[in-house]
Amino acid sequence: MEQVQLLGMWLSPYSYRVIWALQLKGIAYEYIEEDLSNKSPLLLQCNPVHKKIPVLIHSGKPICESSVILEYIEEIWPQNSLLPCDPYERAIARFWIKFADDKGPIVWKICGTRGEERQKVIEESLEMLKTIEEHGLGDKKFFGGDKISMVDIAFGGLAYWPGVIEKVLGRNLLEAHKFPRLHAWTKNFKEVPEIKENLPDFGRLLKRQT
Amino acid sequence: MGEENKVILHGVWASPFSKRVELALKLTGIPLEYVEEDLQNKSPQLLRCNPVHKKIPVRVHNGKPIAESLVILEYIDETWKNSPRLLPKDPYKRAKVRFWTSFVQQQLFDTMFTVTKTEGEAQRKAVKEVSEKLQVLEEGIKELFPNGNPCIDSQNIGLLDIVILSLLGPHKVQEEVLGIKIIDPEKTPLIFAWLTAINQLTVVKESTPPHDKLVALLKFLRENSLKSSA
Repeated sequence: MEQVQLLGMWLSPYSYRVIWALQLKGIAYEYIEEDLSNKSPLLLQCNPVHKKIPVLIHSGKPICESSVILEYIEEIWPQNSLLPCDPYERAIARFWIKFADDKGPIVWKICGTRGEERQKVIEESLEMLKTIEEHGLGDKKFFGGDKISMVDIAFGGLAYWPGVIEKVLGRNLLEAHKFPRLHAWTKNFKEVPEIKENLPDFGRLLKRQT
Repeated sequence: MGEENKVILHGVWASPFSKRVELALKLTGIPLEYVEEDLQNKSPQLLRCNPVHKKIPVRVHNGKPIAESLVILEYIDETWKNSPRLLPKDPYKRAKVRFWTSFVQQQLFDTMFTVTKTEGEAQRKAVKEVSEKLQVLEEGIKELFPNGNPCIDSQNIGLLDIVILSLLGPHKVQEEVLGIKIIDPEKTPLIFAWLTAINQLTVVKESTPPHDKLVALLKFLRENSLKSSA
């Protein structure tokens, strides 16, 4: 049997992207939790360029960068497909995955900033969320329609991080009346069994941010 | 032939992202209608086709728009099955191409912009960073060119070749305007040979604006940038 290993870290939403994809496709894998303050020789050997997680190791071959890993997983294990068949729909999906990669990370900066800088980051985050709300989701259950797809996985961190950030800030970020579609999506996403069973512990996340 | 089968590309001649898509469409022989956008006065079609970013390039086919140059290139690869294919067939090799494309896009592009738009200490720092990243790339592409000799032709040119061309193809223009060596054949011989091979292709030569025009453009952009940050 082919060996599949995932080098990941519980705090990282990028790590979770790969976990969710493997779980949704029913792929057996060995998960290895990395201590990023003391990176393993295996991680450094497999990702000498960035020295970052996640890294997927398939039959001894390392694949790095979560978006690259997701496309690889989709190509190697096409069952329970995470991308549409139609090339145009796939292009739309990739557009939003790139948006998640390029613009999504602003949200992770909120807790690490203070004062005026934090306010600026919050405003940029809200702009980013507004764009997804208005252009990305439509009235569908998930980004691609009725079924969970790679786009939902790419945005998956938004399903649980805002709750943590709101507790830290002491104010609402993703208000239901301002972001009804995102709110509905968050609920739908977290109800998918493979996602529900693979989410980081809220309390542990909160403790880490405070 | 009606509107349905036309491929329209909204681009800007000076944009490396626009050039990528133009080149890919030329390579695959897909006939297109090119619309040069004025970024100070964007067309209603562009704003309608890319409401999220309002940026070029945008490719419209059968009335359906696709934005983001790398997304467009993957779309082209999936829909035109004749050579050149822009991505390899093998999933692991595809992952390698996507990894290095992401590296060039995320690690090199912005730093090169900083090199061209700054001076003094800021520029020196950016030049050092570019040099370090190029060393990483030099090492990384050894497995893509195992015999040490990049042989690129119009049948095997791919996504990564197009992306590196869009950034560093005009390195001689950059070096002339900035007075700095960007691609040193002694420090990064493989990258130098790679860029030389790509730049020699007829289809690339035909898509590249004249040297003097590019020099004038880069001087103009640099002067504007230095003025606005002064």
